[in-house]
Amino acid sequence: MSLWVGACMVDDIDSEDVIRFDHSGKAFAIYRSPDNEFFATDGLCTHEQVHLADGLVMDNIIECPKHNGRFDYGTGAVKGAPVCVSLKTYPVKVETGKVFIDLG
Amino acid sequence: MTVRNYSLLGETAQEAITKGLAAAEWYHTELSRKEMKALMQRRDGPATRDTIIWLGAMVIFAGVGVWLWPSWWSAPFWLAYGVLYGSASDSRWHECGHGTAFRTQWMNDAVYQLACFMIMRNPVTWRWSHARHHTDTYIVGRDPEIVLMRPPDLFRALLGFIGIRDAWLALKEMIVNALGIINAEQATFIPPDEQPKVILIARIWSAVYLATIFAALYMQSILPFMVIGLPRLYGAWHHVLTGLLQHGGLADNVTDHRLNSRTVYMNRLSRFVYWNMNYHVEHHMFPMVPYHALPALHAKIRHDLPEASPSIFAAYREMWPAVKRQLRYEDFFLLRELPPTAKPYRAELHELAVAKIAAE
Repeated sequence: MSLWVGACMVDDIDSEDVIRFDHSGKAFAIYRSPDNEFFATDGLCTHEQVHLADGLVMDNIIECPKHNGRFDYGTGAVKGAPVCVSLKTYPVKVETGKVFIDLG
Repeated sequence: MTVRNYSLLGETAQEAITKGLAAAEWYHTELSRKEMKALMQRRDGPATRDTIIWLGAMVIFAGVGVWLWPSWWSAPFWLAYGVLYGSASDSRWHECGHGTAFRTQWMNDAVYQLACFMIMRNPVTWRWSHARHHTDTYIVGRDPEIVLMRPPDLFRALLGFIGIRDAWLALKEMIVNALGIINAEQATFIPPDEQPKVILIARIWSAVYLATIFAALYMQSILPFMVIGLPRLYGAWHHVLTGLLQHGGLADNVTDHRLNSRTVYMNRLSRFVYWNMNYHVEHHMFPMVPYHALPALHAKIRHDLPEASPSIFAAYREMWPAVKRQLRYEDFFLLRELPPTAKPYRAELHELAVAKIAAE
């Protein structure tokens, strides 16, 4: 069942960047791609629980700020060591300038 | 006085976890997201230029060395080739392992594999070992890359300048891995899925060294080893000279890189060989920042860091008395003064006050 939660405004995130969003005691990462598409994943790296929102977005990749592990933030797939476990992703929609993620 | 057990399998490792020193939250100087984003940007240009110079110079020096061989006139060319093979490979291994040197990932991977072969570090093993070094920098029992242990083993440190011990251990490890064995310490930081890659690389390298041995036997000359293998010994001195300064004489078991790492201003040639790792506090605090942006990062956060040592010589002049003192009293460390603009050390977390008083 869908549970759409308002995460941020579109303008809160620069193009090719990421911000942190906390909800119900859990951290999420909201991304804006170079093509101005929005994506959402769990906020912590699966390697050592570091906030990905402090990392670097390059094209479709988020790089963890601690050990430079890489994920495709669109699919959550692992793209570079030392991460081994994929990242959970969430559906995203944009309505009236606001970014919503589905936590259902 | 604390007796340190550096084994990753010993009681100290468990103690570090109990004390909350493992995978802890470390101190960071505050920088805006905008500033960080600019500093973290990846580019292919600087590392491509440096790699062309690095490999190009190696080809020229080795070519002249082979041409003049066996005359002693070849010696200076081998010495130059050796530093590029046995020392510059250390920094290339490091930066490309972080994936920050180039923007294009395959370029990082290609230079990483080549540099790993030269420095004799299995690319899989050392990627995981270095991840642990960044998680638990100089946490005793957790960090597998502590070079100058306490009490310092000065003979071992001196051997490092000619690479004998490191190369011997690396060869032994390569042969053991090539036989399909992963040792217990390696198993603590290399995930099971990655372990077959360790073995595969060890087998490929063993084949390269065997081919070199056959070439030497066929030619009745050590010349093939002057090109492959031996430069890891005769060219190691520069990476040890600069590497000992990274953490030597400073605190261990702390969670603030300003206390356990050292930034040293160096000449341009050493910075080329070392790929700016002289900005070591900065690198540990923000490992996402590529080597070519470290001077800019240093300029932005130096107000929050202990003053950088002005030269390699000055850094050794500071470190050496501390290391000597650690021979008799291993709890001693250098507590470097922060400028008035810096945020203070979190002494309550590190028992610095107690250790400092005890040391004095």
